[in-house]
Amino acid sequence: MAADEREVLLQATGLTKRFPGVVANEDVSLTLRKGEILALLGENGAGKSTLVKMIYGLYAPDEGEIRIKGEAVRLAGPRDAIKRGIGMVHQHFQLVPVFTVAENIVLGDEPLRWPFVNMKSARAEVARLSEEYGLKVDVDAHVEDLPVGTQQRVEILKALYRRADILILDEPTAVLTPQETDDLLRVMRGFADSGVGVIFITHKLREVLAVADTIEVLRGGKWVGTTVPAETSQEGLAQMMVGRGVLLQVDKRAAQPQEVILDVQGLTVTDDLGLPAVRDVSLQVRAGEILGIAGVEGNGQRELVQALTGLRRCSATTVTVNGQDILNKSPHDIHALGVGHVPEDREKDGLVGPYSVADNLVLDRFAEPEFASRGVRDRKAIDALSTNLVQQFDIRTPGITTTVQSLSGGNKQKIVIARELAANPVALIAAQPTRGVDVGSIEFIHSQIVGARDRGAAVLLVSAELDEILGLSDRVAVMYDGRLVDVLDIAVADRARVGRLMAGGSKDA
Amino acid sequence: MRARYAYALAIIIGIAIVVCFFLDEIRTVSVLSFSLRYAVPLILAAMVGIVCERSGVINIGIEGQMLMSAFAGFFGAAVTGNLILGTLIGIGTGMIMGAFLATGAVTWKMDQIIAGTVINILAVGLTSFFYVQGQVLPGNTPIVAIPLLSDIPLAGPVFTYAAVAIPLILWVLLFKTRWGLRTRAVGEKPSAADTSGVGVDPMRFWNVTIAGALAGMAGAYLAIEAAGTFERGFTAGRGFTALAIMIFGAWNPIGALAAAFFFGLTQGLASQLQADEVIAIPQQFINMLPYVLTIVLLAVVSGRIKPPSAVGRPYEKD
Repeated sequence: MAADEREVLLQATGLTKRFPGVVANEDVSLTLRKGEILALLGENGAGKSTLVKMIYGLYAPDEGEIRIKGEAVRLAGPRDAIKRGIGMVHQHFQLVPVFTVAENIVLGDEPLRWPFVNMKSARAEVARLSEEYGLKVDVDAHVEDLPVGTQQRVEILKALYRRADILILDEPTAVLTPQETDDLLRVMRGFADSGVGVIFITHKLREVLAVADTIEVLRGGKWVGTTVPAETSQEGLAQMMVGRGVLLQVDKRAAQPQEVILDVQGLTVTDDLGLPAVRDVSLQVRAGEILGIAGVEGNGQRELVQALTGLRRCSATTVTVNGQDILNKSPHDIHALGVGHVPEDREKDGLVGPYSVADNLVLDRFAEPEFASRGVRDRKAIDALSTNLVQQFDIRTPGITTTVQSLSGGNKQKIVIARELAANPVALIAAQPTRGVDVGSIEFIHSQIVGARDRGAAVLLVSAELDEILGLSDRVAVMYDGRLVDVLDIAVADRARVGRLMAGGSKDA
Repeated sequence: MRARYAYALAIIIGIAIVVCFFLDEIRTVSVLSFSLRYAVPLILAAMVGIVCERSGVINIGIEGQMLMSAFAGFFGAAVTGNLILGTLIGIGTGMIMGAFLATGAVTWKMDQIIAGTVINILAVGLTSFFYVQGQVLPGNTPIVAIPLLSDIPLAGPVFTYAAVAIPLILWVLLFKTRWGLRTRAVGEKPSAADTSGVGVDPMRFWNVTIAGALAGMAGAYLAIEAAGTFERGFTAGRGFTALAIMIFGAWNPIGALAAAFFFGLTQGLASQLQADEVIAIPQQFINMLPYVLTIVLLAVVSGRIKPPSAVGRPYEKD
């Protein structure tokens, strides 16, 4: 490749950041040029966020140097970074929900008509920017009333308002529908064409290949390599991220659906505020098949899972497992009928952090005769089972007495999966089973879910990752605004079609 | 919807006051003047709460801040023989108490309720220990003659002007200025303020400290103007009542001003009715009124008005 002549906007050299007990970044360097989209790729915990937080002044590097437009800088805080033209769109939006769009955008850099904030000029400036960059927003809307896609536009406008020419986007596509993602990638390309340098953080390989000019890969806090889309593939990138070959496509046979196990008719659930979250949903899952529920988060999936596992009261004509009524039964009773549950928030609902690996593995069965007699626990039986499961499910832990909270996300999730699958459930309800899990573990967890299906379990899979839904499911149901808008056979479910349904499009479109 | 009821109530009370004024001028003026004087410390203390909580810091220590300031202001005035100096000492003490809370709750990131409680306990202990009987003040606070305003029979002393003016000024500051926008951002979503280049902890520290000056003013008013003396446990829960008023006023200075005046009015009316022997109930029940009203109002409105989202949580970068 010819030497790049474009102006270097940002150069980081040898950055190291240590936190108590971990080295989050070790000797990491990167160069960002004018008009370039640089993808920062790595698994969770690879140190991507730490790296950009140093560039944005949120953390001070322990070692190394940051040069912005040729000048070595020590950033005392975001204010310094903003002043030097760095803008950041945070993974968790940094917007004040009760403020209007205009108020949010000017916060920290308000136009004044002393002694007042000049809201008139603020609104005009925001409207101008929104027009110029084709990022449509209503300047007077309150941010809390806006959908996430629009909130993200507000975040981007906030950076543009500050005249950022280095724009950092931290996992911007995690909350978007496939169409919104495509729009965002186009907007990013537009920025680059106008001379902005973009740092794009993600772990989605497809997007990296679609939009990046340069790809930097981090693993375990260290830089592992630089590449360009033309010279690599999804498999190649995954190998760089994980450090070994990874199977991205789930290897599975065609489903052999048997009798109906989970039968739900006319289910309606309200959310914490008493508003309807699931509206008149009916579905059936047969033994030996995986029904995937696709949808942008917050369309009722959480409440659906909670209702089916006994964690939330609901109303319905029928909710049965193997013909037995589970409507508004306790989680314990439902579990006893052979329904395994992988909750979406494993820390909160799936594990007891300060307990050992062994205790967490028998959390659902510790009182059964197999593991306890006359109220006294049978340590030997528990340990035998745990040792066995740790091996079988490849749980990387120093030992079975280690507390679960000290393990990585992937290993925590493997413990939940191991526990829920160990009893050979007739039905498995898995919500976001690979969220915050490294690529290596994702591969393993996917194979376990498919394995459970092949052993005859009825699997209900809920995931916000469309690739996961499309890779695992035998049928795909799309949830939008509390309703199941359509159920498609996997053979006819492609990204575009499912994405349209996720965004609320009609099934005939 | 809720705001509409509040406006309706305010208008009805306003009309009632005007009608009463024409029916019986002397008694109406007497009730109103009592109400306003009763409301002054509550208004000032509620402003303390609003400034702190809008910045994300719970100030449960207003009571203690007022008590310390009342003590320091009173003895300052008694010893120096100068009321204005005493008042300034009271205000200064309030600021020191504000800085005390800010250090605990912001700099050290202590639990805010505990930091405030420490102030309350400290204030009761210190003021009781150093209390000396038999001190007297050198005369009354001056009546400042502002043309037209001071002719209104209710107004007069400086504190009363301040208690009405401060909420109005604070409203403008909170909702129209840069300081206000940033303060509210820090109280609603500190991480958003931080990433926008607004320093969360400095903002909180100074707001809590300066709010302390208002608590000092409230304390000085109680000892120097309202009572002209100091007793142990002198503030009698007004700091807590002020927090109820803050909530009832929906963390809005003007709302709190109206709520505090409403509190004063019920108290003034009950006293007048009792003095005229219209109602024959013991004085003790009249004295209970503000506390009962506090409980009732909080029970009615709590859960319906949303406090600043980040209130009570020390800001930590993640």
